[in-house]
Amino acid sequence: MTSPAAVWDDVVVGGGHNGLVCAAYLARAGRRVLVLERRPVVGGAAVTEEVFPGFRFSVFSYVVSLLRPEIIRDLDLPGHGLHIVPLESTFNPLPDGDYLATWADPDATRRELYRHSPRDADAYLEFGRLMQRMAMAVKPLLSVSPPDPASWRPRDLLAMGRLARHFRGLGERDLHALVKLMTMSSADYLAEWFESEPLKAAKSASGIIGTFLGPRSPGTAYVLLHHYMGEIDGVFRAWGFARGGTGAVSDAIASAARSFGAEIRTDAPVRQVLVENGRAAGVVLDDGEEIRARAVISGLDPRRTFLELVEPAELPDELVEAVRRFRFRGSSGKVNLALSEPPDFTALPGDGPHLRGAIAIAPGVDYLERAYDDAKYGEFSRRPFLDIVIPSLIDPGMAPPGKHVMSIFVQYAPYHRNGGWDDRSREAFGDAVIDTLAEYAPNVRSAILHRQVITPADIETVTGLSEGNIFQGELALSQLFFLRPAPAWAGHTTPIRGYYQCGSGTHPGGGVMGASGHLAARAVLAQGGGRW
Amino acid sequence: MTIHGLRTTPFHSRTAALVRGHAWRRWAGYVVASSYDLVHDLEYAAIRGTAALIDVTPLFKYRIRGPDAAALLDRIVTRDVARCAVGQVLYTPWCDPEGKVIDDGTVARLEEDRFRMTSAHPNLRWLHQNAVGMNVAIEDETAATAALSLQGPAAREILTGVADTDLTGLRFFRAAEACLGGIPVTVTRTGYTGDLGYEIWVANGRAEALWDLLVAAGAPAGLLPTGLLAMDVARIEAGLLLIDVDYVSARRALIETQKSSPFELGLGWTVARAKSRFVGQAALEAERERGSTWALRGLIVEWDSLEALFSEVGLPPQLPTTAWRTSTPVYDGGEQVGYATSGCWSPLLKKYIALSHVPASHAEPGTDVALEMTIEHRRKRARATVVETPFFEPGRKRA
Repeated sequence: MTSPAAVWDDVVVGGGHNGLVCAAYLARAGRRVLVLERRPVVGGAAVTEEVFPGFRFSVFSYVVSLLRPEIIRDLDLPGHGLHIVPLESTFNPLPDGDYLATWADPDATRRELYRHSPRDADAYLEFGRLMQRMAMAVKPLLSVSPPDPASWRPRDLLAMGRLARHFRGLGERDLHALVKLMTMSSADYLAEWFESEPLKAAKSASGIIGTFLGPRSPGTAYVLLHHYMGEIDGVFRAWGFARGGTGAVSDAIASAARSFGAEIRTDAPVRQVLVENGRAAGVVLDDGEEIRARAVISGLDPRRTFLELVEPAELPDELVEAVRRFRFRGSSGKVNLALSEPPDFTALPGDGPHLRGAIAIAPGVDYLERAYDDAKYGEFSRRPFLDIVIPSLIDPGMAPPGKHVMSIFVQYAPYHRNGGWDDRSREAFGDAVIDTLAEYAPNVRSAILHRQVITPADIETVTGLSEGNIFQGELALSQLFFLRPAPAWAGHTTPIRGYYQCGSGTHPGGGVMGASGHLAARAVLAQGGGRW
Repeated sequence: MTIHGLRTTPFHSRTAALVRGHAWRRWAGYVVASSYDLVHDLEYAAIRGTAALIDVTPLFKYRIRGPDAAALLDRIVTRDVARCAVGQVLYTPWCDPEGKVIDDGTVARLEEDRFRMTSAHPNLRWLHQNAVGMNVAIEDETAATAALSLQGPAAREILTGVADTDLTGLRFFRAAEACLGGIPVTVTRTGYTGDLGYEIWVANGRAEALWDLLVAAGAPAGLLPTGLLAMDVARIEAGLLLIDVDYVSARRALIETQKSSPFELGLGWTVARAKSRFVGQAALEAERERGSTWALRGLIVEWDSLEALFSEVGLPPQLPTTAWRTSTPVYDGGEQVGYATSGCWSPLLKKYIALSHVPASHAEPGTDVALEMTIEHRRKRARATVVETPFFEPGRKRA
């Protein structure tokens, strides 16, 4: 079956946030754009769904920090309903009955940290300042398509030259700090700065999110930095919830895309990309429908983009090999709870501002490393790292009156679990999460009305993310920048003319950032998008 | 909810009852009165005419003790601590290894091996980082020690009236352990006003009693509880720098050009020539040789020029009643050459003055420049003259 009526300029495969961003920019440039989404909802892993009647969840991705401000401006996302509410504090209850918090206000944070270590209270400010400078140093890399350092093409040489100048412009000490960040583990890096165990643990937790690495694994310090990116550009305190859940981000981008004339079809799974004479010519849906287009942009992860949507025979062997070796290794799960009341933490009882920020169970570096040890040998963590938010306290529309929704990001839950994942292991995983949380907030157990447990296998099944990796491939140094997803193909193009990649598995990748989608759109437009 | 609120000082029960305008200012995690009365004019007048009592508790205070206490401080600050006598206080900046100022404050030698250091930013970690291998105990006494600044021509008379020992002879930048009305305190002949004055350091538990004692004893001499707005005017007149306003700490700067050396802040006199090794020494010696790019100078805006700019739009001169702290361009001809970081109308001198960063080429006193002023929404330039600071230095300050 074919639909001869429309010949599209661009077909975007996958209506995740990057696919939608890409489509919106292309449509804004005047092109006829069609987005094809397999699921009934757009957003990919950035969706809000009413999992239990009256209870709406950001089922997968649960906070927004990295969404590029220029995308928000360019696409007028606030005009399409986007409203990000700040997530200002962090609260880490500790096993000894104390807690460690950070607040939006630096004086208040200093006072709190001082309780734990007067020296760390000093160091915290300096550390924040250094990370800000480091983020400034790395940020220019995020907004360009990465050059290939092995190439002699003028475009690559020019871009490498610009980067070299940029890094030479850094002070010597900042350059050293950057090298350390690029090579060290987050635990070692933080130990150079802080003495308080809870603080080191709280900070190192952000170095492991979405990776199959522990806080003592080299390379995790960089991931730490990745999390500071959202705090530059004058969008300080950029961590937040989208009002209406993370799906509201996708909905806003989709609405912007439609306003520029893009068409978005849901329940439209793509089986294959049509390649004719070495160039992309359109796609074929699962039901056999053929849709022709001048350019095809895949928002799927590199494995699906290169090994499933097209015949590997169309691609150079090195690329096929590189993509085969690209590490996914999903390591995290989610538990979404419908609650009759908010959690009551032993360390800080009752309601308070600490419940309106991020809550983490990460009491020590050893704790996190042990959680990783379980995963290393194929088990979920018996005492996992939890990153918790309660959106309904800030956005009451997410739950029925007086009730609450709690999102628990859990690490580690290895995709390659010994014996695989089934209903029994899923529930056992859910139990380990609830047991862990109940040690700090005992009322949670009886407050649970419903629970949804999501394993990496579930993430893969529902969203299509290979091995359930939330970043479409690990955020490890060996898989970033000009190596993401593969050497020489980090520029959002592919060896197949007219076939592009725009997912989080491309540079810069990671988080609900939208930069990959934006850069891919630029690549399509720069090449004339395959108008022939 | 106090878990993430601001601190109040041990004088709060007294000060809160007097702050009629509900005007508080944040200072290092505390709240302190901006002004007690609805306008601060009389409080400023007290600093220069009678006596002012100012709560300066939020200053960071460190106690440094032990055989290597002097060596530690000598390693950090630019002045020569080895030559600081017992009972002497040094005003000093301290620098990073590139010779850029991290902070400034005072070092008081209370005994041979016992010092108190005060600073505007926290420096506990810096002290520890430099104390490796030294036999020294460092204690942060910021939260345990309250401080009052008693400033003004009548300060000596008020202080000696309540002192159990004779403090009449306490010289400028000297310290003494004393009892005031039976309350044990440390008194230093220091302050942030450039006037005759003292700072009195007391354990939190005796803070309220000390306040009551000084307020009662000072009333006949015209002592007024005074807030930070009045002190801000006085410190500009005195040419005293304020971190985060007049300079950026090297530790918090995001780019190199935000940093300043002591020479560039008019603090060259604090960089001791022959002293033991200290952080930033090599860079500072090189800069002394080479000369500095920037200088900190006073600006006096020419009244006629200012009046003319206002009269162009039909207005009499209107100037802000409080000190300002917005970076403001300084011009020479059509070109911006520098920037002023704080300024005010000096009620005493009847001059409009500012502290400014100017290039070495414009540092000579008497150089003509222009200061940007916004008059009726439009940017104008008023003629100004470069001068050495302080703008005001009464003989009584050191007498």
